[in-house]
This record gives sequence, structure tokens and C-alpha cells, in this order.
Amino acid sequence: MITYVVIFSILAVLLVASALYAVIQKDLLAAVISTGVVSLILSVFFYLMQAPDVALTEAAIGIALTTIIFVITIRNTSRNEDETVDNNLEKF
Amino acid sequence: MKKVLVLVLLVIVGYFLTDTFNLIPFGENRIGNPQDEETVAGYYLNNTAEKTSVANTVTAIVVNYRGFDTLGEVTVLFLATTGLGSILFRRKEDEEEIERINKPSSSLMQTGSRVLFPLIALLGIYVFIHGHLTPGGGFQGGAIIATGFLLMLISYKNFKAGHTMLNWVESIAGITFVTIGLWGLLTGGTFLENTLPAGELNNLISGGVIPIIYIAVGFKVAAELTGVLDILLNIKPKK
Repeated sequence: MITYVVIFSILAVLLVASALYAVIQKDLLAAVISTGVVSLILSVFFYLMQAPDVALTEAAIGIALTTIIFVITIRNTSRNEDETVDNNLEKF
Repeated sequence: MKKVLVLVLLVIVGYFLTDTFNLIPFGENRIGNPQDEETVAGYYLNNTAEKTSVANTVTAIVVNYRGFDTLGEVTVLFLATTGLGSILFRRKEDEEEIERINKPSSSLMQTGSRVLFPLIALLGIYVFIHGHLTPGGGFQGGAIIATGFLLMLISYKNFKAGHTMLNWVESIAGITFVTIGLWGLLTGGTFLENTLPAGELNNLISGGVIPIIYIAVGFKVAAELTGVLDILLNIKPKK
């Protein structure tokens, strides 16, 4: 039981940390990989909480497909967060 | 004018939300406990195995009890793929070669993905064929197969996914799902009614139409997600 709690707490801290890193990071590729890590830890969580169905979905969609789709998008646009994006949004 | 409309919409949505939530006493257990058959959770957990001969209760709910919702989900995925394709699909002009990847992958990557692809596809097929026995099902298996195709698409320059083939697989799988639903309507009385014999619990061929529907869903999801990845990878990168 103690090992379970310890593993759980470490994973929870890592989950929040990588989610925060994804928000703060200006390099979008690093941010996308970091959201992939969030999905990885989340799928381990689902497995530990006895929801293997959801864990399988999260593993396939969250880690592989979503990350790759974002990486392709970054390849086709720009890698760094644009400081002028906020100004552009106001035009709409 | 626009702001007034937004306000009116917000008031309507807010009214119905509060009205609905006022019906539920705060903090009450609405799902029920697994022992009590009068509640939802207890009913599903105690009756699924004997009524539908499906070991995985989640699958029984997704495909049988709530099968119509699953048809809606599959349609949403289909519409998303169609929309993406109609916006981004690029016909090859003058036999020009589309640069999916800038340079060929290393031989380590190529050999590795050639070894891994059949294994990943096998795992995906296993997951959706055994959807009624073990965790997982059509969506999960299809997504796993799509990751296998992704590995091949990014490591081989001349690996073609074949859009005609993908469209055919997708259409046939979707038609199978709807046909089974209509068959249930004709022979049983309700859409997607499980009219085939239920079989014995824990056998591979059991659960009536549930495995057939999940296999169709698996092929459909795999074809759709592979199509999305292929379309996205074929966009020309901005120089």
C-alpha cells in the first residue's frame, strides 16, 4: 500500500510539472513532447485506477497520434512561439 | 445585436443547466452501488454477463446498451476526417513527387519499423477482436493499428497508404455497422438489437453481434486515422 502511495505521489508531481513546463516553454516542439509525457503519465494513472480501456485509448491517441499531429503542424508553421500572435488575434 | 443574442443564449443555457442540476440533490450518489440491482451500476454489473454473454461490461454498454451513441461517435470521427480531407487533400500536380520526409530515415529506424509494424498491427487486431473479453475494443485497436501505419509512413519515403483502399475499408465498415443495426430493427424490434445467439460466456465467438460491430469499428477507426495522418504528412512544408 505504501509503495502504491509513493508511486502515485511521484507520478502526480511529474504530471503537474510536465503540464506546467508545456505551458511555460516557448519552444513549441519541447512543449508538445511535454504534453506527450503528460499523456504517458495519465495513461499509467488510468491503469493504476483500474480503467485499462481508457489507458489503452490514452496511450494510442494521446501519446502517439496527437503528439505526431502537433509535430507535423509545427513543421509546417514555425517552431517558436510568436510574440505577435496576440496582436494578430485582435484583428479577427 | 450580436451581444444581445449572446446574452439571450447564455440565459437560456444557464436556465436549463440550473434547472437540471436542481433536480439532483447535492452530493447524492446517482450511480448507485454495485450490490443494489435497482441502481444503474448494480444492474449493469450483475446482468451483463448472463444476458449478453459479454465478459467486458464496458464493451457491452458501449456497443449494446448504448450502441446508438457509438454509431454517433463513429459518425463524428468520419465527419472530422472528411472535413480535414476536403480542406487539406492535395492532388498531385504533374506527377510531382510529394516530399513527405525531407531525408530518408536511418537504416536502424527502417529495419526497426519493418520488424515492429506487423507486431503492432497484430496487437491492434487482437485488441479489437477480443473487445468483448479483454479490456479495449474497436477504438483502441484501430488507434493502435494507426500508430503502426504512422511508423511506416515516417520511416519509408515511398510507403503509400492508398486512399482508395482506405476509403473502401472505411465505407464497408460503416455500412456493416448500420446494416447490423437495421437487421436488429427488422428481426428484433429496436435498432441495433442483439438478435444473434448470445453463446457461452468467455468464448471468442459469443455475445451475438457485439464482436462483429467492434471489428467493423476497429477497421473504420484504423482507416480513418491512417487517412488523417497520410493527409497531414503530405502537406508541403513551408520553406
